Amino acid sequence: MSRTSTTTRDRVRDGLGQDADRPDGTPKVTGAFAFSSDLHARGMLWGRTLRSPHPAARIVSIDTSAAEAMAGVTTVVTAADVPGKATYGLEHADQPVFASEVVRYQGEPIAAVAAEHPELAVRAIEAIEVTYEVLEPVTDPERAMEAEPIHPDGNVFRHLPLRHGDIEATGEVVVEGTYEVGMQDQAFMGPESGLAIPADDGGVELYMSTQWLHVDRDQVAACLALPPDQVRMTLAGVGGAFGAREDVSLQVHVCLLALRTGRPVKMLYSREESFFGHVHRHPARMWFRHHADRDGHLVKVEARLVLDGGAYASTSSAVIANAVCFAGGPYRVANAHIHGYAVRTNNPPCGAMRGFGVVQSCYGHESQMDKLADALGMDPVELRLKNALKPGDELITGQIITGTAPVREVIEAAVAHPLPPEPSDDDPAIALPGGAGLTAERSDVHRGVGFGVGIKNLMFSEGFDDYSTAGVLLELDGHGQPIATVHCASAEVGQGFVTLAQQITRERLEVEQVMLRPADTAIGSAGSTSASRQTWMSGGAVELACDAVREALFERAVAHGHLALDDAEHPLFDLRDGQVVEVGGSGSIPLVDLLEEGPIERTEVHRHAPTDPLDQDGQGNAHVSFAFAAHRAVVDVDPDLGVVRVVQVATGQDVGRALNPRAVVGQIEGGIAQGVGLAVMEEIVLDDGRVRNPSFTDYLIPTALDMPEVLATVIEQPEPGAPFGAKGVGEPPTISSTPAVTAAVRAATGLELPRVPIHPEDIALASAHDG
Amino acid sequence: MSDPDPTPTEPTPVPDPEAYELTINGRTRSVPSAWLGESLLYVLRERLGLPGAKNACEQGECGSCSLFLDGVLVNSCCVLAADATDARIDTVEGLADGDQLTDVQQAFLDAGAVQCGFCIPGLITTVHDLLDRTPTPDQLEVREAISGNLCRCTGYGRILQAVEDVRARREAAG
Repeated sequence: MSRTSTTTRDRVRDGLGQDADRPDGTPKVTGAFAFSSDLHARGMLWGRTLRSPHPAARIVSIDTSAAEAMAGVTTVVTAADVPGKATYGLEHADQPVFASEVVRYQGEPIAAVAAEHPELAVRAIEAIEVTYEVLEPVTDPERAMEAEPIHPDGNVFRHLPLRHGDIEATGEVVVEGTYEVGMQDQAFMGPESGLAIPADDGGVELYMSTQWLHVDRDQVAACLALPPDQVRMTLAGVGGAFGAREDVSLQVHVCLLALRTGRPVKMLYSREESFFGHVHRHPARMWFRHHADRDGHLVKVEARLVLDGGAYASTSSAVIANAVCFAGGPYRVANAHIHGYAVRTNNPPCGAMRGFGVVQSCYGHESQMDKLADALGMDPVELRLKNALKPGDELITGQIITGTAPVREVIEAAVAHPLPPEPSDDDPAIALPGGAGLTAERSDVHRGVGFGVGIKNLMFSEGFDDYSTAGVLLELDGHGQPIATVHCASAEVGQGFVTLAQQITRERLEVEQVMLRPADTAIGSAGSTSASRQTWMSGGAVELACDAVREALFERAVAHGHLALDDAEHPLFDLRDGQVVEVGGSGSIPLVDLLEEGPIERTEVHRHAPTDPLDQDGQGNAHVSFAFAAHRAVVDVDPDLGVVRVVQVATGQDVGRALNPRAVVGQIEGGIAQGVGLAVMEEIVLDDGRVRNPSFTDYLIPTALDMPEVLATVIEQPEPGAPFGAKGVGEPPTISSTPAVTAAVRAATGLELPRVPIHPEDIALASAHDG
Repeated sequence: MSDPDPTPTEPTPVPDPEAYELTINGRTRSVPSAWLGESLLYVLRERLGLPGAKNACEQGECGSCSLFLDGVLVNSCCVLAADATDARIDTVEGLADGDQLTDVQQAFLDAGAVQCGFCIPGLITTVHDLLDRTPTPDQLEVREAISGNLCRCTGYGRILQAVEDVRARREAAG
């Protein structure tokens, strides 16, 4: 990785700006790390969910008697056994814990069982007899908007219009296109799992892999009719998330089974069940019309974006807001007229996935920018540079960018990387498109280069009260050395927040030993590990708690007369080399002396600057901060076979400040992998609402042979208002990498390819037709 | 608050065949009255308290359950435990020598190859297998060798770096 600037401070070992090691690294390489699926409790039962085979049906009857009579089956629960609220949901509680009258998607839970052995649990759910009256599913979102409501809340989750500037304005050059995005799955490696243990007070303890403990807890408590403090959640090891663990999956079911049986219950989804057990990325159908003047300045963007939210609301209303707000891309667009719709259908529910609505619209606006460059006879990179946003510019929501916006810089960094060597006859066959299949001929292979730029809002938008809580305890260990312990409910999902929490604490308190308490609901919410927000939000909370501990140390130093208070109202102190020192004075006192009278513990809440809701025209200061990335992709394509090999992806990314450069590279490379996947292979294939490929045999994610070389440059321009100047880095790599790869395939083939993922037949059939 | 107990539960009374023994990381372990349909992965994880091999797909597609059966790398989800009674089973838990990590494990940490870590035990065993069989693989050989191990977090870049680091270090050490 190359870096355009460096702000590394080496005063503290493994402090900020350094490649500090993960505290969970060693257990993760030895196999000792406890993921949620690794948990065990003495006497535990195995839970399992019965799911609807139909995307739309009325439930005529459910007969659980045969299952209940089976030896080794402890209990069977249905909707009738849910003691509290019958439904849950992140933004609207419209999703039943168990379907009782109608099912609205294939895979909707109907019942759950607890049994002595997982195989018995499988047999028990097979023994439950459900009689369905099968209905015709509504699977086309355009049709769904007009169709009879399939849920009492209606079929449109949100219609968001956006009008900016003169919506009648026109440009001299106009390009138009309709684009589609297929349904992508987060496909984390660690399947959903949790262990619920009934507690003596009538409550329940749940060890769970999740992204947001506190909203899980609140939903579980409401459905179980328990006060929230009787649902105690602890984060169990999380095997990846990417948005799929933001919604409730098995949380309510497993707690209900534990309370009913009075025994610990473990639930663990199989890979197939996982495909049905979490929300996916919204499929999109998007029409765009871009207007520009002859010089290539954007005049107006028009768009109509339709996102298929599937059967239940999840976060659809926020996802469509992102798609609409950023439909103009990272460009100055004086006029815009956009309508966004998130629609209910009988397809699988869709919600959060890395990029959250912006992935879809970025694929659309970047496809349009290429089309516009072509119509203008202009270089696509030059067109983007000409329109690139900069600080002080206005977004199509009317919001002025007050922070950093190095759009030009990320573009220039991406294109500055060297291109890969031209294909040669000496290349091994496995390096050709089709890879290990050894199908392509070198002479048939065409190379293409494509480009994409993206913008992403960081943290929660539209007036959401977004905050995080952290506690820091500073004390002496058994050897009289200072040790800090951090407590924060921020979900570590692999991104490295645990490392960052240690780095911040080392930096602020100058202690080498920093321990982490398990993330749990014994402390206040840290918010969701999503929206690229935990570095800023929970990093900020840890910083505030550290600073409160520092203040307490300084007060202690003054109170004990160690440091002379001169007549200044605000004497300045600092922590240096294990001493509290008077800034500009000579007084100092060792930290360990101050801690001899007892530990210091402080808990603080951190909020980002407030945002406003969007008005009736989609205008308002709805977002906190923005991050940018640019990607240049190089592909080899065999047009006859339709196979693509992504050879290289070069990127420039705006990170504010890289607090752990090694971890930042990991986010960039991993995010690009998911963007490449969406471009050329990843899709949940639906047939009349039914998922046709719920396995890693048929839902393909990039392997090591599919992944290109990645060249990354991070642009460090500290963001005003951000703790340590750092922006979240998780989402931008996933957003513009997809259109970059798509553009490269278009360049290699000359085909329009208005849909991702691009399947081999899309290329091969079109090539055959053209040729 | 009661912590989850990592010790496996007592064998279930449901199916009741003969007990059998497995040899794992040089130790003989008894598996009493298990259901004969259980995979090696399940028995290791749920009956013997060895959850290092992971269960990402349990259908032989992801490599997260990779371990050695008589020195051969296998997906343990696709092996019946009761069929492995005569084999030498070596899992990720047996690689490190006490606190001393293997060069591959250390290189994964140093290169930043670990994020969520769910695929990592499978990848560590696979990379050991690769470098034992092919001490100086080129990049494509490495990519092919680990292409049966799915990782969703890293995009493989840091993993490839870790393998290269081990290869170079072993080569330098002769």
